[in-house]
Amino acid sequence: MTEAATHLSDVRQFHPRAHAALDNPQIRANFRKAMDGLMDKRRNAFAEWDLETLRTLGANVRQQALANLPDLLEQLEKKLTTNGIQVHWARSGDEACEVIRDICVARNAKRVIKGKSMVSEEMELNHYLEEQGIEALESDLGEYIVQLAEETPSHIIMPAIHKNTGEISDLLHEKTGTDRSHDVNYLTASARQQLREKFMQADVGISGVNFAVAETGTLCLVENEGNGRMTTTVPPCHIAVTGIEKVVGTLDDAAALLALLTRSATGQHITTYFNMISRPRQPEEFDGPEAVHLVLVDNGRSSIYQDDQLLDTLRCIRCGACMNHCPVYTRIGGHAYGTTYPGPIGKILMPHLLGLDATRDLPSASSLCGACGEVCPVRIPIPDLLVRLRRESVDGDRVHESRVRGHGLKRSTWEALAWKGWQWLHVRPTLYRLGTAMGARLRRLQPTTAGAWTRYRTSPRLAPRTLHQQLRERQTGSTGAIPARQRGASQ
Amino acid sequence: MSARDDILNALRARRGGTISAPTPDFSVVTERPWNAAEKLDRFQRMIESVHGEVHRVDEETWVDILADLLKTRGVRNLLAPLKHTIGTALRESDNPDLPELLSYDQSIEHWQPSLFNEVDAGITSTRGAIAETGSLILWPSADEPRLMSLVPPIHIAVLEADQIFATFQEALGLQHWSRGMPTNALLVSGPSKTADIEQTLAYGVHGPKELIVLVLEG
Amino acid sequence: MTDAIRLYPAKPPKVYFYGTCLIDLFYPDAGLAGIQLLEREGIEVVYPQDQTCCGQPAYTSGYHDEARAVAAAQLDLFPGDWPIVVPSGSCGGMMRKHYPDLFADTPQAEAATEVAGRVWELTDFLLNVCHIKLQDLGEPTTVALHTSCSARREMGIAEVGPALLSQLQNVTLVTQQRAEECCGFGGTFAVRHPEISAAMVDDKVQAMEDAGAPAFVTTDCGCLMNIAGYAEKAARPLTGEHIVSFLWKRVSLQPGNGGSAR
Repeated sequence: MTEAATHLSDVRQFHPRAHAALDNPQIRANFRKAMDGLMDKRRNAFAEWDLETLRTLGANVRQQALANLPDLLEQLEKKLTTNGIQVHWARSGDEACEVIRDICVARNAKRVIKGKSMVSEEMELNHYLEEQGIEALESDLGEYIVQLAEETPSHIIMPAIHKNTGEISDLLHEKTGTDRSHDVNYLTASARQQLREKFMQADVGISGVNFAVAETGTLCLVENEGNGRMTTTVPPCHIAVTGIEKVVGTLDDAAALLALLTRSATGQHITTYFNMISRPRQPEEFDGPEAVHLVLVDNGRSSIYQDDQLLDTLRCIRCGACMNHCPVYTRIGGHAYGTTYPGPIGKILMPHLLGLDATRDLPSASSLCGACGEVCPVRIPIPDLLVRLRRESVDGDRVHESRVRGHGLKRSTWEALAWKGWQWLHVRPTLYRLGTAMGARLRRLQPTTAGAWTRYRTSPRLAPRTLHQQLRERQTGSTGAIPARQRGASQ
Repeated sequence: MSARDDILNALRARRGGTISAPTPDFSVVTERPWNAAEKLDRFQRMIESVHGEVHRVDEETWVDILADLLKTRGVRNLLAPLKHTIGTALRESDNPDLPELLSYDQSIEHWQPSLFNEVDAGITSTRGAIAETGSLILWPSADEPRLMSLVPPIHIAVLEADQIFATFQEALGLQHWSRGMPTNALLVSGPSKTADIEQTLAYGVHGPKELIVLVLEG
Repeated sequence: MTDAIRLYPAKPPKVYFYGTCLIDLFYPDAGLAGIQLLEREGIEVVYPQDQTCCGQPAYTSGYHDEARAVAAAQLDLFPGDWPIVVPSGSCGGMMRKHYPDLFADTPQAEAATEVAGRVWELTDFLLNVCHIKLQDLGEPTTVALHTSCSARREMGIAEVGPALLSQLQNVTLVTQQRAEECCGFGGTFAVRHPEISAAMVDDKVQAMEDAGAPAFVTTDCGCLMNIAGYAEKAARPLTGEHIVSFLWKRVSLQPGNGGSAR
């Protein structure tokens, strides 16, 4: 159930997948343990910081980049081109796949090694390249594990977080012949050996980008393993692929976001490598790729960009803190969502990529507890955006128009009627008082079951007299003092 | 219309009009009161917290200290720059404990398998360091190519103590990075690592398993 | 972009009390307790009889036209410029934080923003405006506190509950593991995604029991209904009540168990 690939038909199966995950004690334990650890680490990483001021800085840096987005993209393109990096644009994920295929075909490239890139997951690039007869191998250890298992990442930073050591040991044994072991150092060393061979053989390296700096034409990659450096240095050609929103103005901007990114993501004050690439190999240099390409992918982003509120979604720097702190994600894991980006950020981003119809159950799968918005390093008001998408799902607002693809498709006549009825009663105070007083009087007739609520809980009991009644009586002096009334209520 | 024009036009014709954005105030990431000694102490503490090994050395002793460190580890050879004084000092040294010195004097294509399989350690200079995060600044060059600090299992970095900046922002400003970036610039903070298997740290997953920093004082 | 810092007013002679629909129907004792605590501070409490619901259920379900219509009916209830005190972080959050968004671009925008600026959560108001001093008259007891997510994050009053309970010398407050985590209520979330919600509330009940709490208090009746209702259905011993009912019982020596949800 959990290895579902990201295909549209699967996204609709949120409920069965979530239930399967809830019933799987291994999944529950793996995620709980991992998320507890990540929350602790983040808290410690910001201990000596004025975190709220830092988050404001992060939000403002991203907001400023978005405010100047078309200009920055042009500046980036110009600077990169001057530096010798070729820039490509793609309207959709499919178009981006084709751009990459064309580059590979022109080089007669058959073997691609990949660094971590969520955009490439979004494009389903590996799958596409395989179909074109090009082998695409993931080199980030977590991505490598997930690829061997023929799964998708369950977390945007830690792709294999749903698996424990035993499961990974079995997988590596089965797929690569590595001896079974619970020694993580041994398993890691074995993967290192296998992947080093692949790096040497690769014709093309494909990576993502964390920040693209317009002023200098610099692609920044944040990583711990060194596979990103390998991917961008060893093969003769490097293709970087990224969403158009990843551009920032200056190196200072990137540095500020870096301070937030690593601490928010994994609680590290910095990752092992911050890799800044501005050029292909120069004539006097002895290594590095002779050709570097950047593919700028839109894939729905320019339509998110149109709306002032939805725009906040594009501030995201992909740290994953929202999922680490999400009580829903912690319990169902990343695969239940059936989307490239799981968790809170996935819920507000995927509807734009796949349409609100396909992602119909995602915006409601939140208690709106606000933990995600509280930790977001760039202050994305995720709960507010969830409410916005819920509203768009049912076209629930005549004043504020719906704009997201697939809006209104979740509106059901029955539910709309129920809310109309609710409104009818609650704008008529006299009827409301009459109705609720009647309900209180007839409370012994209150049913003990109330749909899904009472599947796991008892129903709350109606009090013998409503607060309205008690206070009205108190005001008119028709009954005794309040304290006497207190006894017996809601028992 | 090209994809480029379509995308840029869509962004320019934004329905919501101009986006308001407050000017960022960077003081929260820049104002640090540390003096030189505090910067060095902090740098050391931070990089050690991520498994980096720091030795404070001086011009007179560093080659001998390095020779000891490498000998203890059974290092057979050391990839060193040809032009940088680090390389020349090593090549001029008569310390018998130094391993064989290798040079990166040809394109990677000509010797990739031996670099990947036979080199035990690489030594590079640094362009300074960042106290706040315990990060080394590397600007690889023809003399110290990119893979020198990545492929061998041990990376030794030589840092001059007076080149430690408080923050990344300070280094960017004082070294005028925006005037011209190199092909590749790096911040390196510790050896290569992963926690992708059940959050358990393992070092040397793709890059060096060990990072040794020699801080040149005085 | 930062949350505005709240400037507490001086203690007013009079307040409006917005009881909330859950309290009205299921937990009126909590409403009465809240009113009496305010009166004990010398404040005259006005309870507009025409109040119904803040509109939140429809709002979070996406039915904003309906939410706006119901909310608009509440806007007229507070003609004086006295504070509006709400015994719920959730309804308080709806009125304080979301009314301005809900009414944006409508003729009531100004009125909504004006009302929003006068909304205070009751315990916050008692502690930080009334500077209440509580004299504990009850027997020694142990409780856990569940601060609702809206009280914690929308209203920013996570410190208020512990500060009030710490004034009660015979009450031991225990802190459950992951106290800041959601109990799984989330309004319609609990019925749209009942299994996920149940997994969350199960963990919450377990955490409180593990902390050694026989009972808990909370700032919100939604959480109360959820946590206490789950414990009851699962035949777990944990019981709960609204924090305001609990506080009133402790200081007024009321017999019985006031607003217990069990």
